[in-house]
Amino acid sequence: MIETITDNSWLLTVATFAPLVGVLLLLFAPKDDEKLIKGIGILTAAATFGLGIAVLFAFDHDQAGKLQFFADAKWIEFIHSNYTIGLDGISLPLFVLSSFITFVVMIYTWDNMPDAGNPKPFIALMLILQVGMAGTFMAQDLILFFVFFEVVLLPMYFLIGVWGGERRQYASLKFFLYTMFGSALMLVAFVALFVRTGSESFSMLWLAEHGGLIGDNVQIWIFAGMFVGFAVKVPMFPFHTWLPDAHTQAPTQGSVILAAILLKLGTYGFVRIAIPTLPEGAKAFAPVIGILAVVGIVYGALCCLAQTDMKRLIAFSSVSHMGFTMLGISTLTTFGINAAMFGMVAHGLITGMLFFLCGSIKHRYHTYEIKNLKGMLISMPKLGWILGFCAMASLGLPGLAGFWGEFPAILSAYNPLEEADLSKALFRSLMVIAALGTVFAAAYLLWLYQRTAFGTPDGYVVDDGHGHGHDDDDDHGHAPAGTVLPHAVGAGVNDDPAVHAHAADEHGDGHDDLHDVTPIEWLAWLPLLGLIVVLGVYPQLLFKIFDPAVEGVTQHLRNYFTP
Amino acid sequence: MIADVLAQAADFVRPAIDWHALAPELVLIVGINLVLASDLLLAETKKWVTASLTGFVLLGAAIPLVTLGVNSDDARSLFDGRYVVDDFSLILKALFLLAAYVIVLMSQNELEEGGYYQGEYYVLLLCSVLGMVMMTSSRDLVSVFIALELLSIPAYMLAAWRKRDGRSNEAGVKYYLLGVFASGVLLYGMSLLYGATSSTRLVDIGAALADGDLNGLEIIAVAFVVAGFAFKVSAVPFHTWAPDTYEGAPTPVTAFLSVSSKAAGFVALILVIFLAFPTADGVYGPLVWVLAALTMTIGNVVALRQTNIVRMLAYSSVSQGGFILMPLAFVNSGDAAESVMKAVVVYLLVYAFTNLGAFSVVIAVARKTRSGKISSFGGLFSYSPALAVLMTIFLASLAGIPPLGGWIAKFNAFRAVLDADTGSAYAMAAIAAVNTAIAAAYYLRIMRTIWVDDVPDGDTTPIVTPPPIGAALAICGVGTLVLGVLPGIVMRFADIDDLAGNIFTK
Repeated sequence: MIETITDNSWLLTVATFAPLVGVLLLLFAPKDDEKLIKGIGILTAAATFGLGIAVLFAFDHDQAGKLQFFADAKWIEFIHSNYTIGLDGISLPLFVLSSFITFVVMIYTWDNMPDAGNPKPFIALMLILQVGMAGTFMAQDLILFFVFFEVVLLPMYFLIGVWGGERRQYASLKFFLYTMFGSALMLVAFVALFVRTGSESFSMLWLAEHGGLIGDNVQIWIFAGMFVGFAVKVPMFPFHTWLPDAHTQAPTQGSVILAAILLKLGTYGFVRIAIPTLPEGAKAFAPVIGILAVVGIVYGALCCLAQTDMKRLIAFSSVSHMGFTMLGISTLTTFGINAAMFGMVAHGLITGMLFFLCGSIKHRYHTYEIKNLKGMLISMPKLGWILGFCAMASLGLPGLAGFWGEFPAILSAYNPLEEADLSKALFRSLMVIAALGTVFAAAYLLWLYQRTAFGTPDGYVVDDGHGHGHDDDDDHGHAPAGTVLPHAVGAGVNDDPAVHAHAADEHGDGHDDLHDVTPIEWLAWLPLLGLIVVLGVYPQLLFKIFDPAVEGVTQHLRNYFTP
Repeated sequence: MIADVLAQAADFVRPAIDWHALAPELVLIVGINLVLASDLLLAETKKWVTASLTGFVLLGAAIPLVTLGVNSDDARSLFDGRYVVDDFSLILKALFLLAAYVIVLMSQNELEEGGYYQGEYYVLLLCSVLGMVMMTSSRDLVSVFIALELLSIPAYMLAAWRKRDGRSNEAGVKYYLLGVFASGVLLYGMSLLYGATSSTRLVDIGAALADGDLNGLEIIAVAFVVAGFAFKVSAVPFHTWAPDTYEGAPTPVTAFLSVSSKAAGFVALILVIFLAFPTADGVYGPLVWVLAALTMTIGNVVALRQTNIVRMLAYSSVSQGGFILMPLAFVNSGDAAESVMKAVVVYLLVYAFTNLGAFSVVIAVARKTRSGKISSFGGLFSYSPALAVLMTIFLASLAGIPPLGGWIAKFNAFRAVLDADTGSAYAMAAIAAVNTAIAAAYYLRIMRTIWVDDVPDGDTTPIVTPPPIGAALAICGVGTLVLGVLPGIVMRFADIDDLAGNIFTK
């Protein structure tokens, strides 16, 4: 049984629910005062992040394997569900990451409110979302976990549905129904687990001790229910189809949060709940998860190669990257799960950053079409370089954070958990295919970079009067953009300097609009970029937090499988 | 002969009556007469007083509930165990009174502005509520049936209240004909039951049925009784009256039918299943299983295609009925009995708050748009954000999204089913899980209309919500939120030991 430390448990509760104060303040804020509303958003998010940092420092790093800030208060007595909370090395980084991402997203929103406007509900929803995400990571009771897991759904549905792109309604509904379907089955699995262990408690600690006593076949069935719930969220290969639509249609802020945190709820669920509680189920499903993960890696990469839309490409790259994470988890080893945990944080930072870039590119070019984005290094060198940096990080360049998620995950497949008797031949084959997958990753990212950053700008949509911070100017901007199109395409195809110059001249005044990275963007991005480098150079920073807790999980598995 | 009767009457010894236990019913009876009399005496311009008076009567009837709840630690049994006041009946009486109070709030403006017959309306409403309040305590076939008719007959008339409107007439007639037919089936089943067991007291029937295997007569009797109540709770395939009646009736009456009247049907079903059929699960088990599966699935699938908001809510309430019905199929499997009881009671409470809230929003919005189309909700968020947020809360609760009330209701239902721990229980849970996702689709569609779509006629003057409807919304909104976050406060009321235990020990 994992030991618990109850110091400062109030801090965890406060840090989780703090954003609600901001929501309350927003209720009384006048609707038209955008600056005030955004200010409240940033301040609340900053305070939440500050509390997150406080949690990080109050956490006893020498005992990362224990549940800290542990509290256990009565909640719904009839179903034996308690308000049980706590953080260990597995959940702490994700808990802090969620408040960090919300904070930078809020900063970004200062200048980049989605076109639909109406910041009050937008910011309130993001704050509620933060409560749900942080709550999911701190919950140590299945019902509490489920509540927070679901709290996340509705705000994200509205973020996509109201502030999203043209096909937002389709995308948001698809997102919601997929997740709802998964979580309904997950709930059934939770309750079945509860009933099968004697209807005693929903506490994760308790269930981790008693879940293993359930019969093998029943364990597998219950695991199957959780598998669907979590796999939809990750998303794993056959359940992933909601993701490209949701990501492509979501506003930038939504995409960033979705990629950085929401997807992790699924992988976290596997590590925290499904695997420790149902070892026999985990053993039976490990090959399935491994195979689907590798299929996801390759399939996601191939889809990336076929995309013409930059945001959709990055969305598919998420499918591929989460494949590596799941591969690490499927080995059931300390090494693999550590890699997966690192991969979760790294993917959150890198892909979150890439979605920020997508948003900024859309803001300037009004398109995600890769073929129209030529020559970014010339027109906006700083943005171009940042894109290059993130692409390198994403493809797993050593020295940047992405590497430490991907490479150890592949390596770990060489030796899946000995005691669980998993097929080495299978996992080693998976390892080879996954390694080939990294080549695809390099291919689609470098090709993306070539097509967007290199070459000379061909003047597409230069005329769109969309200055920095001038959201109000939108109205007169869009009509000319349409008229430019034939010219621009012509210029791109025949590449005749004369025609090109002509096009550029005709719409020359627009060059101001392709402004480079703005101060607000720097403010939001620099922490992310910094972390990508720091974690890349010194991964031990994270590994030493994860390792004791992950070791606890795998030790539990080893004990279970050793007769 | 008259002398004989008189002679017998002289011998009649009044049974000991626990007046305290009967106080809620007595307050209602006095109240009904007061409202009726005041309607005769009031000038046409002062008719609004009847509404306020009705509200006070309902609150007055709730006072003894509080004192009873505080006072008694165990159940009070009256009239030879045929009328029982226990925690179960107290919480449901409170539910019916509160629901009726909210409905009075919802009705006020509608009736005043429509020039309908206010006095009569409230009298009939109170009569129906009296029937429901009696239903929760009835432990005898006769009193169950009387309570059922007392609550149904006024409801037939209420459904046809807009008497110059063809659709309201259709609503009333349809409801009446099918309701009477159902009563006939039910009564037939009851008479067979009496014939087979020679008692009308539910526990005696239970004891008689438990004696040896069921014979053909008893099987038919059980099936007929369950089918009779299935009409009342609009379970598929006995649901066909519901959408037309709901759409045609005045909206507050629709809310009343879909919440209170349906809940009363479930109360009756709980009583007969728990007390009279404890060993007949071989008969009602599969029957209820099929009814529940059909009800939730067909209700959902048809709701997906509705364009009228009230009709959609009608089908949604059919499908919610399936969820309430679901655990009742497993009363005798494993150790599910207690969780089944709690599941149904909690579901009824949560569902009442949520559905009444949704109807209140519909009424408030329809006062402006004068339309029942779902599309008329377009852009509600842009001009009436408060109503939009409330409607979102109610719909999300109906969809079962935490931390709103609906989720704990659904969760309890799942838990009760899984407690049964049989193959058919797991199959039922899987069907229900899929249905949860289907239901989310149409609730979300309305939310999308509210938040995303444009205002259909471009008229963005804010909606003025009259104070009574505002009060109704506040009650429902707070109830939905509180029950979701702290469901423990109502869970303890549904205690199965009191329902049956006290009577068995007598």
